[in-house]
Amino acid sequence: MSAEEIFGSLFTFEDYGELVALLSNSLIAAGLLGIVGGLISVFVMARDIPFAVHGVSELSFAGAAFALLVGFDVVGGSIIGSIIAALIIGVGGAKASEKNAIIGVLMPFGLGLAILFLALYDGRAASKFGLLTGQIVAITPGQIMTLVVCSLIVLLVLAVIWRPLMFASLDPEVARAKGVPVSGLTIVFMLVLGLAVALSVQVVGVLLVLALLITPAAAATQLSASPVWVPVLSVIFAVTASVGGILVALGSPVVPISPFVTTISFLIYLVCRLVGQRRMKHLHRRRTARAAGEHEKPVSFPA
Amino acid sequence: MATDSDVSPEQTAYPPVIRLRDAELRFGQRVLWHDLDLDVSPGEFVAVLGPNGTGKTSLLKVLLGQHSLSTGSAQVGGRSVHAGNSAIGYIPQQRGIDQHTPMRGRDLVRMGIDGHRWGTGRFLKRRRQQVDELLASVGARDYADAPAGTLSGGELQRLRVAQALANDPSVLLCDEPLLSLDIHHQKVVASLLHEQRVERNTAVLFVTHEINPILPYVDRVLYIVGGHFLVGTPAEVMTTESLSRLYGSPVEVVRVAGRLIVVGGEAECFDHHVHEDDMSMDRGAI
Repeated sequence: MSAEEIFGSLFTFEDYGELVALLSNSLIAAGLLGIVGGLISVFVMARDIPFAVHGVSELSFAGAAFALLVGFDVVGGSIIGSIIAALIIGVGGAKASEKNAIIGVLMPFGLGLAILFLALYDGRAASKFGLLTGQIVAITPGQIMTLVVCSLIVLLVLAVIWRPLMFASLDPEVARAKGVPVSGLTIVFMLVLGLAVALSVQVVGVLLVLALLITPAAAATQLSASPVWVPVLSVIFAVTASVGGILVALGSPVVPISPFVTTISFLIYLVCRLVGQRRMKHLHRRRTARAAGEHEKPVSFPA
Repeated sequence: MATDSDVSPEQTAYPPVIRLRDAELRFGQRVLWHDLDLDVSPGEFVAVLGPNGTGKTSLLKVLLGQHSLSTGSAQVGGRSVHAGNSAIGYIPQQRGIDQHTPMRGRDLVRMGIDGHRWGTGRFLKRRRQQVDELLASVGARDYADAPAGTLSGGELQRLRVAQALANDPSVLLCDEPLLSLDIHHQKVVASLLHEQRVERNTAVLFVTHEINPILPYVDRVLYIVGGHFLVGTPAEVMTTESLSRLYGSPVEVVRVAGRLIVVGGEAECFDHHVHEDDMSMDRGAI
């Protein structure tokens, strides 16, 4: 097969306009998830907990698989699974190292459960696969409503706790000294993270959640450290990946959406990383220059 | 309850910013210190010294309202200790920051002003000016917009001083702020703290295991060893006789090239292996 033939079998842009109109609900949901993912990922980076995101997503998978097995709503199942995981991780260990151990213990357990539930399930194989790799196109209007409501809840909670959560994430000791309820905020954030994971699972699937909840802010922090620009860029990147992924995927009858979402997300990161490397070099040169300047000044002591 | 007779005459004019009475702190069976009376006046620089595990950091946590005294009373700024006391500025130990952390130098300072408030916060010209003034007062304007993760240890601790001064506190609680700085930056940060406490009449309670960088500025020393303590000027406390009595074993204080060196102290202290870090209940994020 020539390259052209391969491309032809992957993409057919016939009836593209009609498809977009048909999926406008999915596109709105994807955009909203992009906003949620972009903002949440800023805190995932600030708190340095990508591993927790992965852990929560596996339990979310188990919840969804269980829901599939017993005929309960899959979105609801994945939300319950991820919230249980988020709470266990949030309350579980006092120290960061303990949390990583807890996540490491939870992850295979969740995945094992999920495999068990899927093995017992004798419905359509596509439903099983959809949990792993995303299924936003196959989603029902009722499920889209759940997504929208949950996204709005996440955004509202974030708007209220934004400043103290940022303080507690970046500078926990001083935040605690200032009376910020650091432990309480941790639990609230883990709940919100649990919701966001469950929502993202619907778009990109369990295996690829990190593309929406880590990569956008990881890319944004390559370019800036500003508390305004990092969230803004991160949201732009996440929406570009989620909505862009669907728009590209519509042209392809065979390839599911998630590879496009993850590839766009990855390419954005790659470009930011290259730009960021130059930026870091420049910043380190300036630090060296400042240090050289400072050591020339004498320090005065009182007599 | 404290009565007037507890307070020395020269301090009655200014009520103390820190007042401890018969204070005792214990974790389970272990008493860290007891019968501690301490008054710190506005603008006073007090160093808290002693071997590891004697409850120096725990004393700060009591004043921050994070640990409760088992007996006695503690006041800061005229009020009983409580979490989120705005009379306190806090400078923690130096901690590494990842270079991609989404925080610039000025953001660290700004969080000291309004980071504890709810909501997203919005851009205010007045707030930016306030941050700029704080940055200028510690000489940190040059690197205010650099990511905090790309700053040197000395630069970060300057920002920490500005952050702690943000709400015009009456006392600065410093927990080993010079740890892991080179000698040059130890001197720079110590003299900066001194300047600011003179200018703003802010008291400083400075926990450290190394008195030398701050020796020129220290008014009084609180030296804690194995539950006992000694309070006085450096000249009174940092002597062979005083410290030998406090440790209950021979200790020698030597002066070498203008530096004070305590010989034999650390090794003699019991409970030396218990680090205060193990006592702290929770730390770090997730």
